[in-house]
Amino acid sequence: MSRQSLSIALSGSGGSGVMTCGSMLLEAAGKAGWYGIMTRSAGPQIRGGEAAALLRVSNEPLESHDDSFDLVLALDPGSLGRFVAEIPLRDDSVIICDMAGGRRNATLPETAAREIDLPMKKMAKAVKGGRPNMIALGVLARVIGLPESSINRILDKALKSKGPDALEASRACVKEGFIAAVDLPAFTGPPIVAVPDGERWSITGNEAAGLGAVRGGVRFVAAYPITPATEVLEWLATSLPKLGGVLVQAEDELASINQIIGASFGGKPSLTATSGPGLALMTESIGLSVCAEVPVVVLDVMRCGPSTGIATKNEQTDLNIALNGLHGDAPHLVLAPTSLTDCIFTTQWAVHLAEAMQAPAIVLSDQSLGQTRAIVNAPADIAFLAKREVPEPGEEKLQGETYQRYAIGATGVSPMTIPGQPGGQYTADGLEHTEAGAPSSLYADHLAQLDKRSNKITGFNYGEHWADIDGTGDTMVITWGSACGPVREALTRLRAHGADIKMLAIRLLAPERPEDMSAALEGIKRILIVEQSHSKQFYRYLRAAYDLPGEVRVFNRPGPLAFKPGEIIEQLADWCGGDKS
Amino acid sequence: MTNATTGTGLKAREYKSGIKPVWCPGCGDFTVLGSLTKALSGLQIAPENVAIISGIGCSSRMPTYLSTYGFHGVHGRALALATGLKVARPDLTVIATGGDGDGFSIGGNHFLHTCRRNPDMTYIVMDNQVYGMTKGQASPTTEPNWEKGKLTPSGTGINPFQPLVIALASGANFIARCSSSDQNGTARTIVEAIRHPGFSLVQVLSPCVTFRPEQRDWKKLVQPAPVEATSDPARAARRLLTDKGLFTGVLFKGNRPPYQPLLEPGIDNIAELDEEFRL
Repeated sequence: MSRQSLSIALSGSGGSGVMTCGSMLLEAAGKAGWYGIMTRSAGPQIRGGEAAALLRVSNEPLESHDDSFDLVLALDPGSLGRFVAEIPLRDDSVIICDMAGGRRNATLPETAAREIDLPMKKMAKAVKGGRPNMIALGVLARVIGLPESSINRILDKALKSKGPDALEASRACVKEGFIAAVDLPAFTGPPIVAVPDGERWSITGNEAAGLGAVRGGVRFVAAYPITPATEVLEWLATSLPKLGGVLVQAEDELASINQIIGASFGGKPSLTATSGPGLALMTESIGLSVCAEVPVVVLDVMRCGPSTGIATKNEQTDLNIALNGLHGDAPHLVLAPTSLTDCIFTTQWAVHLAEAMQAPAIVLSDQSLGQTRAIVNAPADIAFLAKREVPEPGEEKLQGETYQRYAIGATGVSPMTIPGQPGGQYTADGLEHTEAGAPSSLYADHLAQLDKRSNKITGFNYGEHWADIDGTGDTMVITWGSACGPVREALTRLRAHGADIKMLAIRLLAPERPEDMSAALEGIKRILIVEQSHSKQFYRYLRAAYDLPGEVRVFNRPGPLAFKPGEIIEQLADWCGGDKS
Repeated sequence: MTNATTGTGLKAREYKSGIKPVWCPGCGDFTVLGSLTKALSGLQIAPENVAIISGIGCSSRMPTYLSTYGFHGVHGRALALATGLKVARPDLTVIATGGDGDGFSIGGNHFLHTCRRNPDMTYIVMDNQVYGMTKGQASPTTEPNWEKGKLTPSGTGINPFQPLVIALASGANFIARCSSSDQNGTARTIVEAIRHPGFSLVQVLSPCVTFRPEQRDWKKLVQPAPVEATSDPARAARRLLTDKGLFTGVLFKGNRPPYQPLLEPGIDNIAELDEEFRL
């Protein structure tokens, strides 16, 4: 069965409940057996302003929005104008809008999209305790073909704590919405297939990263709140205590990174989560983690920069600072999840790698991955656990002479004692040091330790996880992070029409993998690079790190406007012949 | 302190690593190193159960000179490192060491918030009112009319930071002042600081003989505080605001419970966390 999907946008003024409505609709869709995604678009206002919930439901797993929206529901006429660029419409799209006696925002592009005035505020007023967003929920459910019972199940669960009156009011509103929608144009939703309870998950990328962290063994987190990473921390704050771990809210990002280095020195796998401004503050101490060889994981949920930028919206522009932001020669790991659910795997793997190599790992998630909620198949639990090389108590290397904390060894990874272990005392140091950890300013010691720290990272066996590679042919799309979703959908469409295209989604950005890359590029004649960056950070990185054969094209643009599959197809059109629909 | 392993039989000198300090001859920090090793020996804590944490500066070199675990981190972040370690490993005796620039200027925010948070650790600040490692600039505790600061040749013109007053206002649970001229007295105070629950601040007046040679006179100027330590913050505040910074001894002993999140495993099966995502 091919993909059938419906795209729905809900907009309203901030606080009008469009996100609640969208979340409930997504969960009901999940319960009905559909896959789905919901992204949020909002300004920085804490309350007020405008907000939009962008939903797409399908009979197949989704990683991207579609090229346009089938249905838009606006709780008030003013809210739509703000999202013109983010909610493309077609001539056969439908706009349901509560005009409330006014006119809809005139800045909408002129399409032949059909507009329907529906007095949702007025309808809600007729219900005791009623709210327009619950009317909208009923309307949308009916129009896309979800049964009222599925909505009521969600309401029961969501409003359990709010008391019987609130539940009754919401149920009544949903019912009114269903009745009102009988006269509206109906859409053919994806086929409804019963799925056993528990087989699908509803999860955001930020929650997924948190889950990956604790699966990897993280038990200490220190962090400072920052959009759009805060949800990772909120999830960890309640989950860690269930595992004997803890989250400490630090006074700033300088404290966050140093607290996790301290905790990791104490033997606990540790992580912090932040966004660009926080990463910038942490870079000095990430260098300490490199030099003192204390493993930590820094999860950066990227947003538009520079400076405060657009704090609530997506961009892939912390790549430069993650790769090159540390002073000195400071080998470290940089990874990026290749999908929302891959936030689990990549974060877990990052913990494993950091611990195995006693080095910092920066994981570059982004706002789009982090704050999208998706209905997905239950993700597999991969057995990558934190395992640090620790000398056994009483081991010979601890006897007789000073413990050689920074012994060069064959791999560059030297066994690391943790405080409490007798005979293993040493001073972890950001100063260059000898093998025993004593400060040294000698060329020979500096060179030996630089080699050690570099060799352990470059010589590690990363296996096949360094990238996701699929497809065949001599044309390749190279991309990363949240840009992978729309690229995958574009390629699925093109391949369905006979095009032969390879895709490379890079998970391990540092260290570079020249041999793996050469193998992946074998026979490639044309490369399209897709990234959300004005200055082409990813392209420049690829150019610096690898030899890219043949014709190279870059499709880049800054955030926050997400890539659409159709745009990527356009970029590839002249390279792949055949039908591009 | 939480780890009271007794009977190690170790003498003070056995807490030294044997690495030769970088300090100038006559530096007060030598004496503080002696006081610290005497204190550890007095407490008979096994060296493997002690972690000395520091930032950057002359006195921040301290961990390297001890035979305990140590961490010589980046400038200003000793207390953050130490907090992370203590929260993750409450069984350890954690001691942060450093100077006035590291602790009160670049590390000022962590100083405030560590006092506030009150983790069970001890912070020894060797205060010499100057940046020594960068060769003689005014520090936050330098008097406003000191004209030998190489970046402030006309004096800083700004009020010195008052670490003990700020510590009290921010919630530190134990506040003491010592002089490096009294090695045994400083050792006794450090013992008391380590034993007292919560965040203990020990300011040690430790002369910089190179850039502030006049500080050699401190040993003649300091005197034991005329009254016993109080547990009343209001009384302590009045004393600290009026004592000219030269009274030594324990000045405040509070009774706030230390910050220590419980690290008891609740559930063993991490798979239970999956349940909240299942539809």
